[in-house]
Amino acid sequence: MKNNLAPKRDYVSSTNACKACMPLGACIAFKGIEGCVPFLHGSQGCATYMRRYLISHFREPVDIASSALGEGEAVFGGGPNLKQGLVNVINKYQAKAVGIATTCLTETIGDNVPAIVKEFMGEAVLEGSRTEMPALIHAATPSYAATHMEGFYAAVAATVAQLAEPGPRHEGVNLLPGLISPADIRYLQAVAADFGLEATLLPDYSRPLDAPASLSYEILPQGGTPLAAIKAMGGARASLALGWTPASQDAGRDLAERCGVSLHSPGLPLGLRASDEFFAALEQISGKPTPDKHALERGRLLDSMVDGHKYLSGKRAVVYGEQDLVIGLSAFLAEIGITPVLCASGGRAVGFGEKISEFCEGLTRQAPRVEAGIDFYRIAELSRELKPDIIVGHSKGYNMARELGAPLVRVGFPIHDRIGGQRVRLLGYQGAQELYDRLVNALLAKKQDDSDVGYGYL
Amino acid sequence: MSQVIFAEREDQIYEKGGDKPFRISCDKQSLAGAVSQRACVFCGSRVVLYPIADALHLIHGPIGCASYTWDIRGALSSGPELHRYSFSTDLGETDVIFGGESKLTRALDELIPLHKPKAAFVYSTCMVGLIGDDISAVCKMAQRRHGIPVIPVMSEGFKGNKRAGYYAACAAMFRLVGTGDTTGIPPMSVNLLGDFNLAGEIWIIRKYLERMGVSVVANITGDGRVADVQRAHGAALNLVQCSGSTMELAKMMQETHGIPFKRVSYLGVDDMAQALYDVAEFFESEEAMAKARELVRGELSEIYPRLMELRKDLEGKRAALYVGGAFKAFSLIKSFRLLGMKVVLAGSQTGTQEDYEELAEICEPGTVIVDDANPLELMTYLIEKDVDVFVGGVKERPIAHKLGIGFVDHNHERKLALEGFVGMLNFAEEVHATALSPVWRFTPRKARPRLEALS
Repeated sequence: MKNNLAPKRDYVSSTNACKACMPLGACIAFKGIEGCVPFLHGSQGCATYMRRYLISHFREPVDIASSALGEGEAVFGGGPNLKQGLVNVINKYQAKAVGIATTCLTETIGDNVPAIVKEFMGEAVLEGSRTEMPALIHAATPSYAATHMEGFYAAVAATVAQLAEPGPRHEGVNLLPGLISPADIRYLQAVAADFGLEATLLPDYSRPLDAPASLSYEILPQGGTPLAAIKAMGGARASLALGWTPASQDAGRDLAERCGVSLHSPGLPLGLRASDEFFAALEQISGKPTPDKHALERGRLLDSMVDGHKYLSGKRAVVYGEQDLVIGLSAFLAEIGITPVLCASGGRAVGFGEKISEFCEGLTRQAPRVEAGIDFYRIAELSRELKPDIIVGHSKGYNMARELGAPLVRVGFPIHDRIGGQRVRLLGYQGAQELYDRLVNALLAKKQDDSDVGYGYL
Repeated sequence: MSQVIFAEREDQIYEKGGDKPFRISCDKQSLAGAVSQRACVFCGSRVVLYPIADALHLIHGPIGCASYTWDIRGALSSGPELHRYSFSTDLGETDVIFGGESKLTRALDELIPLHKPKAAFVYSTCMVGLIGDDISAVCKMAQRRHGIPVIPVMSEGFKGNKRAGYYAACAAMFRLVGTGDTTGIPPMSVNLLGDFNLAGEIWIIRKYLERMGVSVVANITGDGRVADVQRAHGAALNLVQCSGSTMELAKMMQETHGIPFKRVSYLGVDDMAQALYDVAEFFESEEAMAKARELVRGELSEIYPRLMELRKDLEGKRAALYVGGAFKAFSLIKSFRLLGMKVVLAGSQTGTQEDYEELAEICEPGTVIVDDANPLELMTYLIEKDVDVFVGGVKERPIAHKLGIGFVDHNHERKLALEGFVGMLNFAEEVHATALSPVWRFTPRKARPRLEALS
C-alpha cells in the first residue's frame, strides 16, 4: 500500500490550528471532579477565552477561576495572587476541590506551584463553618509543551497522583477515558454497571457539562467523580485506560506502579474491533460474559454494516482532531469500507501513524496519509488534492468542507456551529451504530441533494 | 445577597436609589479567584485590529491565543478575508528556552509572500513579554525586507486589562495614520471609528451618511483596509462609537492631525438619529440636516408599526444587560424603554468613571449598576430582580439559559445587525423571540410556581 501525494511541506508558522492549548484540556478534566473549580494560574485572558471556547461547545455555564496575574506578579512571582485567588474560590464557591493548572505565563516565570500550594495549606484561614481544606490539585500544563489532549491527561494523572492512595482492596474498577462526550461517559458507566462492576470513572463531567435545566444557578454544579472514590482508586481491582497515545496511560500506570492496580489498555472503544477489545477486557475483569443487550447491539451494528456497505464502498474520508480520536475514527472507517485518505492532528504524540497503519492494514485500498503536528491550512491543501467524499471531525473543518463541497460529520471537540456536541456518541457498539448511521446518511443526503431526479428510495 | 459579593468588589457595584451617593470603582485589575467575564490585553488589541481585512494578523506565542480567536467574530469584509485566518508562530518548548525571534522572522518571511497583505500586525503575548523577544526589531527588519508596514502590537496579556489592549491597538494603528495620500477626499468626510461591521452594520451606517452627502474615508476597523487607515488623517471628522476601544486613536489624531471627534452610538432610534444630526450640525450643512431629517422620518415610519406591535407583547417585562463597553449600555437602556421594558441591571466589563456616572443618571431607581461582574453576582441579581430578558455575550448566555431566562446576544459574535434603524427592529424581534418563547412555561423557575398554584 502506498500513496502518491506531494511530499510533506513544512510551514514554520501555524495557520488555523488543529489543536488548542494544554490548560484548556486540564479545565475540562477538572470539571469532572466533584465540587471542583478549575483554576488557571496565569493572566485573566486565558480563563475567559477558554470559558468562551468551552461554553460554545457544551452550552453550559463553565466557571474557571484565574489568579489574574498582572505585570508586577509576572516579575516578582505569582504566589501571592495564587493564594489570594484560592481563598476567594474556596470561600465563595464552597469548593470541595480546586484544580490548578499552570499556563505559559506561570511556567515561563517558573512559579513553583506545588510549593506555593503547600505553603498555602499551612497558612490559609477558612471562612465560616468550614473546617476542612478542599483538595488542591495542581497540574503542570505549559501551553507550549503539547495540546489540549495532553493537558487533559496531565490533569487526570495529577489528580490520581495527588489524591489516590494505596488502600484496602475493593471490587471496584477504574475507568480512565480521554476527552469524550458527556453522553459517552454515561454510556461507559452503564456498560460497566451491566457487567456488575462498580466503576469509578475519572473524570466524570457528564453532569457538570451537560446539566438539566434548574431552578437556580448551581454555583458548583452537581456530579463529577466523588473525591472519596478518587482516593479509593488505589484499592481497585483493575484500571482500564481507554486511549491509544502514551499520555492516556499515565494515570493508569501510576496506579499500577504505586498501588499495584492491574492496568488494562484496550484502547479507546471506538469502532468494532476496539469495542470488542473493551468488552473482552470487561469480561476478563468481571468474569462474566458480555450481557445479551450488548451482544445484540453488536449484532445490529454488523447487520447495518451489511445493509449499508455499498453506499460506502470506495469512499474516501479526511479525518482530523485529537490523536486518540483520530486513531479510533480511522479504525472504524476502515472497518466499514471507507478509506481514511488523510488522518491528521495538531498533536505530536508518538505512535500515531503506526497505530493507524495497523488498523487499516488489509482493509483499505491505499495506505492513509498520516500527518501529526499539522494545521488546517495544510489539511485543506492536502484535501484539495485528495478530494475526499466525506470529512469527519470537529466544527473547525467546516470552511474546508464548504469549499470542497463534501459533507462534514461533526464529532469530537469542539463543535461550535451545531447544538448537541455534548450528546454526540461514538463509543461502544451503540456509539458505532450512531456514527455509522450518520456517516451513511450524510453520503446519501449528498447523493440525493446532488441528483436532478430527487429519488424517493435510496 | 451580600453573600456572593466579594468584599474587595463591593465598590464596583451600585444600586441606584436610597440616599447612597453614586460611587463606583472601575479600572481595577480583576480580582484573583473571581471568575471575571473580562479578558486580557491581547484580547483588547485583537478585537480592535482584527477586522482589518487585508492585513496579516500574526500572533506571536504558544498556540492558545490564536486558537481561541480564530474567526471568532462576525466582522464582515466586502473584499479580502485575510482576517479570518488564525496565524500563529505556535511557539514550543525550545522557543521558550532559545527565544522566538528567529521563528517570528521565518514566519513573516513565509506568510507575507504567501498572502500578500497590505500590512502585518504582530501581536505579542504573555510568554513573549517574558522571554525577551525584541519584536520591534524583528518587525522593523521584516518591514524593510518586504516593503509593507510590519507593526508590533504590544499586547502581552498580563500587562493590564482589556482596555490596555485597546490602547496598544490604537498605538499600532496610529503608526499607519498619516502615511497615505489624501488627495481627492471631499470636505464633508468622516472616519468611522469603533464599528466592527458585525453582520454588515458599518454598511448600514455608511449608506445613511452617503444619503446625507457625507463620505467615509476609513472604516476603523470594520471592513477595514490598510490604505484607508493610512489616509484617515484626510477626513474632517472622526465619529467614535464603542468609546472604549478607539477613543485613544481619536485623541491621538486630534492632537497630531487636528481632527475633531464626536462620540456617537448607532444603536437604538434616538442615538442613531442623534448621530446623523450631529454630523450634519458639525458640517453646518442645512442640506445635510434636511436629508438627515428626511432619512430618519422615512426609516422610522418603516419600522414603527412593527415595533409597536412587538411592544404590545413586551410591555412591562424586565431586562438586564451586561456588555463590553458602558456606552453601548446607554443605547440599550433607551431601546428597552422604547419597547416598554424596564432595565433592572446594567453592567460592563470596561466602563470608565464618567460612563458609570452617566449610566446611573439615566437608570431608574432600583437599577443595579456593576463593573466587571462575575457569574455569581450576575446570577444573584438575575434572580433577585426577576429578569425576563438578559442581554450579553457568549459567556453570559448559559447563565441566563440555566436559570430559565431569555437571552439576546449583543457582543462581537452576533450574526444579526443591531445598528441603525433596521437594527433596532432586529433587536426588538430578537427580544421578542426570546421573551415570548413557550419554553419558559416549562423550565423549573416559572413552572414550579404555576404547578404550586394549581395544586
